[in-house]
Amino acid sequence: MSILTVPLHHAAHGRTGDKGNISCISLIAWHADFWPQLVEQITAEVVARQFAYRRPAAVRRYLLPQLQAMNFVLDEALDGGVNSALNLDSHGKTLSFRLLDLPFNVPAELMSRLVGVDLPVRVD
Amino acid sequence: MSTSSLHVGCGAGFSGDRTDAAGPVVDALIATGGPAVLIFETLAERTLAIAQLARRTDPNAGFEPLLDDMLRPVLGRCLEAGIRIVSNFGAANPAGAAARIAILAAELGLRPPRIAVVEGDDLTAVSYRSALEAALAPGTLPARMVSANAYIGGEVIADALTAGADIVVCGRAADPSLTVGPALWHFGWSRDDWDRIAGATMAGHLLECGAQVTGGYYADPGFKDVAGLDQVGYPIAEIHADGSCVISKPAGTGGRIDTHIVKEQLLYEVHDPCAYLTPDVSADLGQAAVTEFGVDLVRLSGVRGHARPANLKVNVCHENGWLAEGEISYAGARAEARARLAADILRRRLHDIGPLRIDLIGVASILGDDAGHWLADVPAGNALDVRLRVAANVMDRKQAERLGREVFALHTCGPAGAGGGRGAVRARLATVSCFVPRSEVPLGFYFFEPTPQALEGGVS
Repeated sequence: MSILTVPLHHAAHGRTGDKGNISCISLIAWHADFWPQLVEQITAEVVARQFAYRRPAAVRRYLLPQLQAMNFVLDEALDGGVNSALNLDSHGKTLSFRLLDLPFNVPAELMSRLVGVDLPVRVD
Repeated sequence: MSTSSLHVGCGAGFSGDRTDAAGPVVDALIATGGPAVLIFETLAERTLAIAQLARRTDPNAGFEPLLDDMLRPVLGRCLEAGIRIVSNFGAANPAGAAARIAILAAELGLRPPRIAVVEGDDLTAVSYRSALEAALAPGTLPARMVSANAYIGGEVIADALTAGADIVVCGRAADPSLTVGPALWHFGWSRDDWDRIAGATMAGHLLECGAQVTGGYYADPGFKDVAGLDQVGYPIAEIHADGSCVISKPAGTGGRIDTHIVKEQLLYEVHDPCAYLTPDVSADLGQAAVTEFGVDLVRLSGVRGHARPANLKVNVCHENGWLAEGEISYAGARAEARARLAADILRRRLHDIGPLRIDLIGVASILGDDAGHWLADVPAGNALDVRLRVAANVMDRKQAERLGREVFALHTCGPAGAGGGRGAVRARLATVSCFVPRSEVPLGFYFFEPTPQALEGGVS
């Protein structure tokens, strides 16, 4: 079975919210067929690495299989949060698209289910 | 008790939201012909502290600054059609907001509305200090406290509606409770009917950020296309007696509602989706279903609920010095090199001011942490349009003002071709949270009784 590596945003989407110094980022499969691979590949550890420069104290993942959706909760990832961070984006609202930059390995037979423009051309 | 559905429309999702959004929502609510409520959600974590500071300066202020602009286009039609209005736009001064609404109604030639003022959430007074001290870690009650407010639930809102309120003005009612209150009132659910209350809570959760469930905060061209965001329609939830709901938006408005958008907003800021805690319930999305119900119609069902938390969350806001910011631009050949040189100069000039955040807007400005590890790891490149930004938290105001001056002085003392320097100093408000027993937060409401002086604008 050949595998294609694409940016995650072709297979899933999400949005970021915040509470104090905690960032909460959702990840939602564009198609139910991607769900098992998302669960396998986009783990709390992978997300912690992707946001390592934000130095989260902990990253937790919550799964909602019936919605093919998951929430990542990143503790202490916002430099103090909206009231004390010096970041222009003190809420961390932009972070979901950083998550969607992760590489995602998708079986070639699911390629037709990928979403969005600028899809990589399949090379076997 | 009713078995007919209840429509709840959202006219605003934050303080400062679009003020022309509520009009089409009210038109749609009237068109349903059934019982309906219009909510305005206007409080974020800091909004109350800002409102409390405003009230210190002017005792008549401290409620939503856009109150008039939000209500003027819809107040008459709501009163005429029997659409109740529920909001936390009272902020730090619900009584002041009620007085202002009474004046507005008089100015518009409307009948005097029955305005309920919900009180009890504000724990800023000295008499609550011991309760807050007990709830916070020892010695952590901030010295320069600005506000302390408990997040309160929907019960008192339901009581006010049952008593005949046209308008319910709250302070720190929790965002979803603005919807739970009307649902409790309309359906007469038992106050421990956790599954139904959780359903209404998540309906309120979908409504509370306004356009975020109708295509706002969603669009991504080529991936998630949304037409008409310039005229995006704000959401309406048709809540059913079983606690499920259908989300829609007014006909002829922009934006879009589909299952992907609703899922994004459903999970927004809920952390553990099987234990979303509000003053009303612990909501559980573990078995929730989000289904397409038609064009721009999505149904949410299967939300479960568990007993509400024993304590209420309290946010304590306090003064915390100043946020000092400065920016200056470099463009054209070698712009990035000149911006990086300017950053080095500022680091030397401001070494004694405390930790300095440095951004090169156009190179790296958002993804890094305050300590600058990200920017340090980005190799110097050849960006042609760069805006240097520096920021610091400074306790002393004079020192804070020095930061802006140093940035401005780069025009003449720094690298070549600097332009557009700006500096700003803003008061910092920090927040600490704690949990207090419900018994410490006596909630109630009263009906605003306008005096002739009040209606002439002399509110006290």
